Amino acid sequence: MTTTSTPLVAPPAAGQTRRGLPRWIVAAGIVAVGIGVLTLTTTLTGQVQLTSRGTTQAAVLLLLPILLAGLGGLWSERSGIINIGLEGMMILGTWGAAWAGYQWGPWAAVIGGTIFGALGGLLHAIATVTFNVNHIVSGVAITLLGMGVTKYLSTLLFFPVSHNPRQSPHVEGFQTFSVQPLADWLAQLESQQRVLLSDIAGILGGLVSGLTPLVIVAFALVPISYFVLWRTRFGLRLRSCGENPVAAESLGVNVFRYKYAAVIISGGLAGLGGAALTLNPGQLGYLEGQTGGRGYIGLAAMIFGNWRPGGLLAGSALFGYVDGVQLRAGGEAVHALLYGTSILALIIAVLWVARRRWMPALFALGAGAVVYGVYMVIPEVPREFASYAPQLVTLLVLAVASQRLRPPAAIGVEYRRGEGD
Amino acid sequence: MTRLRTILLPPALAIVFAALLCAVALLISGDSPITALRVMIGQIGEGTTAIDIVNSGAIYYLAALAVAIGFQMKLFNIGVEGQFRLAACAAAIVGGALVLPPVLHTIVIIVVAALVGALWAGIAAVLKAYRGVSEVISTIMLNFIATGLIAFLIRPDSFGVLQGNNISTNPIEPSGQFPGIPFGSSGTLFGMVFLAAALGLGYWFLLNHTRFGFELKASGESPTAATAGGVNARRMVIIALVLSGAVAGLVGLPELLGRDVAYTLTSPQGYGFTGIAVALLGRNHPFGIALGALLWAFLDKSALALDNVGVPREIVLIMQGSVVLSVVVAYEIVRRYELAAEQRRVAAQLREPAPAPVEVSS
Repeated sequence: MTTTSTPLVAPPAAGQTRRGLPRWIVAAGIVAVGIGVLTLTTTLTGQVQLTSRGTTQAAVLLLLPILLAGLGGLWSERSGIINIGLEGMMILGTWGAAWAGYQWGPWAAVIGGTIFGALGGLLHAIATVTFNVNHIVSGVAITLLGMGVTKYLSTLLFFPVSHNPRQSPHVEGFQTFSVQPLADWLAQLESQQRVLLSDIAGILGGLVSGLTPLVIVAFALVPISYFVLWRTRFGLRLRSCGENPVAAESLGVNVFRYKYAAVIISGGLAGLGGAALTLNPGQLGYLEGQTGGRGYIGLAAMIFGNWRPGGLLAGSALFGYVDGVQLRAGGEAVHALLYGTSILALIIAVLWVARRRWMPALFALGAGAVVYGVYMVIPEVPREFASYAPQLVTLLVLAVASQRLRPPAAIGVEYRRGEGD
Repeated sequence: MTRLRTILLPPALAIVFAALLCAVALLISGDSPITALRVMIGQIGEGTTAIDIVNSGAIYYLAALAVAIGFQMKLFNIGVEGQFRLAACAAAIVGGALVLPPVLHTIVIIVVAALVGALWAGIAAVLKAYRGVSEVISTIMLNFIATGLIAFLIRPDSFGVLQGNNISTNPIEPSGQFPGIPFGSSGTLFGMVFLAAALGLGYWFLLNHTRFGFELKASGESPTAATAGGVNARRMVIIALVLSGAVAGLVGLPELLGRDVAYTLTSPQGYGFTGIAVALLGRNHPFGIALGALLWAFLDKSALALDNVGVPREIVLIMQGSVVLSVVVAYEIVRRYELAAEQRRVAAQLREPAPAPVEVSS
C-alpha cells in the first residue's frame, strides 16, 4: 500500500470492500445492512425503541460533538500532528460558546466556540510545529490548561451572573425545525407499526425532524472536509505534509504554514464540537466537566474510520447511536443490540465464506456465537457498562483491525525545516 | 557545569514564565499577584497544610513514577488514571472482605492493588505488543471502561454498601490499614510516604544499575539499536507497561489505607493526569519528580488560602497547566541552544592549525 502510486485513492477500508466496487456503493451497502440488522433486531426482540424517531434524534444530537471532534482530529492528523489536545480544545470551545452565546445568541456561540477552540489549536501548533514538543505531551498539557483556564474564567465571569462557578448563565439554543412534509409523513408511517417499513420510517424520521442549523453545518462539514482535503491543491499539500514532509518541502510546500493551518482548523472544529455540546437542546449552557471525554471519543471515531471522513462519520454515528439507545431506552435496549451484533457477525461470516476465506469466517462466527451466548445468559446489560459500550467497541475494533488501518505515514514525526537531504 | 545548567535551567525558566503569566492574569482581573503569592506561602504554616502537602506529594510522586517508567521507553501510559482507580477499588473490596493478622493484611491489599494495576495496564501492553495498537488510544479507552467497571463493582448488589447518600465498599479493618505518623494538630503523615520514597529509590537503582534499566532506556532512545543489541522489543513493551501499571496500582493506597478506609463513588480522581504533568516537570528523574510533586501539591493545597483574600483559587490550575507546557518548550529551547553552542565549539576547534580528532557527542 504505497501512497506514491495512488495519492488520491485510499486503500480499501476494513471489512468487505471489494476492489472493483465504487466506494459509494460500498457505503450505501453498509448503511443498508446496518438498517436491515436494526429492523430485524427490533422485529425479533420487540424493542421498538431501537428504531424509534426519538432514539435517532437523540443519537444525532449526541454524535454531533463526537463528529466535530473527529473531524478536528482528521485535519490535524492528516498534516502529521497527533492531536490528543482535542479534549482541551473542546473544553475551551464549550466555555467560549457559552460566554458569547449568553450575550449575543446562538450564532455568536458557534463563532465563540470555534474561536476559543482555534486558540487551543494555535497553542498546540506553536508547541509541536515550532518547538517540536512531543505531540502527545503537548496535547495532555493543553487539556490540563484548557480545564484550568475555563475554571478560572468561569469563576471570574460566570459566577457574578449565574451564582454558580461551575455553570454559565442560560444560553439560548437554536430553534429546532423539521423537514416538512417529509417528517410528518414519516411519523405517520412509523405510527402504523408495519414491519420493516415503520422501523425504516422511524430511523429516517429522526434524521429529518428536530434539527438545528448546527446539525446541518456539522453534517455538511464532512463532505466539505473530504472535498478540501482530497480534491483541492491545498488539501493535497496538507496531506503531503502528513505523509512525507521532507518531500513536500522539496516541492516548495511551506510545511510549517500548512501544519499551522491544519492544527488551527482542527482546534476550531473541536471548539465547534464544544459549542454543539453547549447548544444542545436540554443543556443550560456551559457546565464544568460537560465534555466528559468526548474529545477522546472523537479521536477514537477517527481512528475507527481509518483517518477518512466517511469512516469517521460511521464511527461517530455508531457511538452516537449506542449512546442514544442507552439514554432513551436503557440497558434492555442495549441488551437487544447484542442480539443485533450476533446477526451482524453472522452476515460478516457469510461474506467471508463467499470470498473463500475460512479462518476469518470461522472467527466471525465464533465471535457471533459468544455474543449470542452472552445475550442468552444475562437478562440485561448493566447500566454502568452500557454507557461505555462505544469505548469497548473502539478497543475491540483496534484489536481486530489495527493492521488494516493506515494512518498518515509521518504522523507524530518530528519535522524541522530544511532537514531533508 | 553545562550539564547542571541544562538540567536546572528549563524548569526554572518554565516556573518563572508560568508565574509571570498568572501574574498578568491576576493583574487583568484586578488582583494583586504579590498578595496571592504571600498568602500562599504563608498558608504552609497554617493548620495541616504542611503535612497535607507532603501526603499529596507522595501520591503525585507515585503516579509520576508510574508514568515515568513508561516514558523511559517512549511509552505514554495515559491510563495511570484508570489503573489506579480500578486497583484502589479492587484492593478496597478484597481488603474489606478479608480477616487477616495486621501486617499480612496490609501486604495482601498492597499486592492486590499492584496486581490489578498491572493487569489493567497489561491489556494495553498485549494490544501494543501483539496487535500494534497505540497505547495512547487503548489506555484512554481503558480509563473509560475502568470507570464503568468501578461503578458496577461498588453497586449495592455487587460489592458496595449504601452509606447515606454515598455508595462505598466495606470498610477495611484496622489490621489492614497502613499506620501513619501523627503530628497532633498538624495532621497525620501517611505511612505510605516512606513506601513512595523507597519506590523512588528502587526506580533510580533499576534505571542506573541493572541490565533491565539499561535495556529500557536503550529501547526508548533507539528501538532499532536496542533490537540490534539483542533486546526483545516486544518483551520490553510488555514489561515496561505492566511495571508502570503495578506502580500505578499503588497510587490510590495512601489515602485508602491511611485515611478513607473504604472506596467510595466520590473517591479522588485525576491523579493519573497529575502524574503525567509531574513526570514531565521532573523529567523522569526520581529526584526531579519529587520536587515536581511537592511543587504541585503546594499549589494545590495552598490555593485554599486564596479564597480568603478574594482571589479565585482556580488561578493555580492555570499555573499548573502553563508550567507543564512551558517546561517542555523550555527543554527544547535549551537543548537547541546547547546544540548550537556545541557546534560552535567544535567548529572553533576544527579551525585551529593542528586538527585533533574530535568526538562529537549528540
